[in-house]
Amino acid sequence: MELWVFYLAAAAAVASALVAVTHRNPVINVLALIVTFFCVAVNFALMGADFLAGAQVLIYAGAILVLFLFVVMLLGAPTVSAEENPRPIQKTLGAFLAALVAAAGFFFFRGFSGEGLASPHAGVTTHALGRLLVGPHLFAFELVSVVLLAALIGALVLVKRKH
Amino acid sequence: MVTIGHYLVLSSVLFAIGAGGVLLRRNGIATLLGIELMLNAANVAFVAFAKQHGNLEGQVVVFFVMAVAAAEVAVGLALLVAIFRRLQSIDVDRLSAMRW
Amino acid sequence: MWAEVGVTAFKLAVIAGVLLTVVPVMTWVERRGAAFIQDRLGPNRVGPWGLLQPVADAVKLLFKEDVTPAHVSKGLYFLAPAIAVFVALSTFIVIPFAKAEGITLFGVPLKGLIVAPDLNIGVLYLLALSSISVYGIVLAGWASNNKYSLLGGLRSSAQLISYELAMTLAVLGVLLANGDLRLTTIVEHQGKLWNAVPQFLGFLVFLVAAFAETNRLPFDLAEAENELVAGYHVEFSSMKFAAFMMSEYINMTTVSALATTLYLGGWNLPGVSLPSGWLGLLLSFAIFFAKVGFLLWLFVWVRWTLPRFRFDQLMRLGWKGLIPLALLNLLWVSLGLTQGWW
Repeated sequence: MELWVFYLAAAAAVASALVAVTHRNPVINVLALIVTFFCVAVNFALMGADFLAGAQVLIYAGAILVLFLFVVMLLGAPTVSAEENPRPIQKTLGAFLAALVAAAGFFFFRGFSGEGLASPHAGVTTHALGRLLVGPHLFAFELVSVVLLAALIGALVLVKRKH
Repeated sequence: MVTIGHYLVLSSVLFAIGAGGVLLRRNGIATLLGIELMLNAANVAFVAFAKQHGNLEGQVVVFFVMAVAAAEVAVGLALLVAIFRRLQSIDVDRLSAMRW
Repeated sequence: MWAEVGVTAFKLAVIAGVLLTVVPVMTWVERRGAAFIQDRLGPNRVGPWGLLQPVADAVKLLFKEDVTPAHVSKGLYFLAPAIAVFVALSTFIVIPFAKAEGITLFGVPLKGLIVAPDLNIGVLYLLALSSISVYGIVLAGWASNNKYSLLGGLRSSAQLISYELAMTLAVLGVLLANGDLRLTTIVEHQGKLWNAVPQFLGFLVFLVAAFAETNRLPFDLAEAENELVAGYHVEFSSMKFAAFMMSEYINMTTVSALATTLYLGGWNLPGVSLPSGWLGLLLSFAIFFAKVGFLLWLFVWVRWTLPRFRFDQLMRLGWKGLIPLALLNLLWVSLGLTQGWW
């Protein structure tokens, strides 16, 4: 049962990820990536990371990709024409490198068997995660909030029209 | 039974697809989407390793990655909008003004 | 196993029945309410007090010709209303409707009449799915290939991102006071005091954000009849149009139910202890829906009372008004927690 859910989610994730990076229409790219992120959320849930599964949908699908879609629509779904400057060598090299990464990952990680240790928090991670975040990782937590603030101001400065 | 290896293979395949997107596409939006995909693939690996060790540290890292990804997208999209205003195009190959 | 499946199906049937009844009733309430507020009569010809008007509307919508304009982007055009309805219906399955402690049906405990198993990330699930609902509108605006639709979709996505922040921050106050993301414990927590009293600011922010999230006046800039014709659904006809209408009313119901659960004590009434057993279940169900009904009426009431915001005003209210207020509320709640006030 669990295995079938995994295979289904993984197949859907890979298929939609392929669409997300190859389709010419940026709106379709964004939509396909939403499907991928949902499938990743399913995988998180399978691994007992329930809070992250929810956060994945809320943050990625609900906020980040809405922002993407907003910008795509604001710019009028710009596409890049394929003909000018095709650069065959770079294309082949890039595809080869990506395939290499995939193959290396596949053959290296295929050997990892075992289901891992049973976490005492599997399925109810919210409390434990919260304690970790404001306990041992408090500094990083505060730092991330500063990063977010900096990004907020940076984005504002970048798109502000000069009068 | 789903093993850690299953998740790790999925993670590396997703990462490779994202990397391929970054390397091959010239559309700035697709490039950014590829980066998001790579970050997400890394997240899958982090959660899988957290499961392997039976603790939550890996999930904490995922939380931070999500926050940083949000920041990265905000700045990246702002850059794209600024670029589009200047060049009327988001072809990242045309950003050659600073090339020596 | 099969008993569980059966009970879940039963609960699903009850919830779907309730939701799909709310939609026609609300269209009637909206039109009659609007009429009374504007000193008119409203639809009163079909059935007693015009009660059968929604049936007539439904029949009309079903039999209208389903026009697909030639210039639309086909797949997305069909997908958009489907997403809208799907998301609207699926958010409802984690809301606890009624007190059902100790009641079992064929050996399966009913537990607050939640359709889904009582998720320990219930609030997160709800917020996540309601943030997905914008895709229906945005895609409709995009796929229609019409400048007014596109403007509606753009406005809607910007509005949702801004108001979702305020809404989530307001909900955070409740979660902080409650210490759990489970919706049933949030309701039980409010047995003595509703969250709306100590967290009045949060409640206010939540309500305003809820109006914006459901695209209701004074924040219906995605539709804005007098500037954008009908905004995102201007190219949709027949049942596709009806799907958008349905999803709007279902979303209103969901948000009202969420506000009731988070702030108005769910099925609790101050000073009333409900009996256990089936009577308690029915009573709590009635109390819950009385509160939801009031909030739904509030939606209609506000719609016909307040004029529409301008888009820059909307953005200013969201970022400079609601988010600081929500943060203030959060500060207040944490102060109360450290002092042991609640």
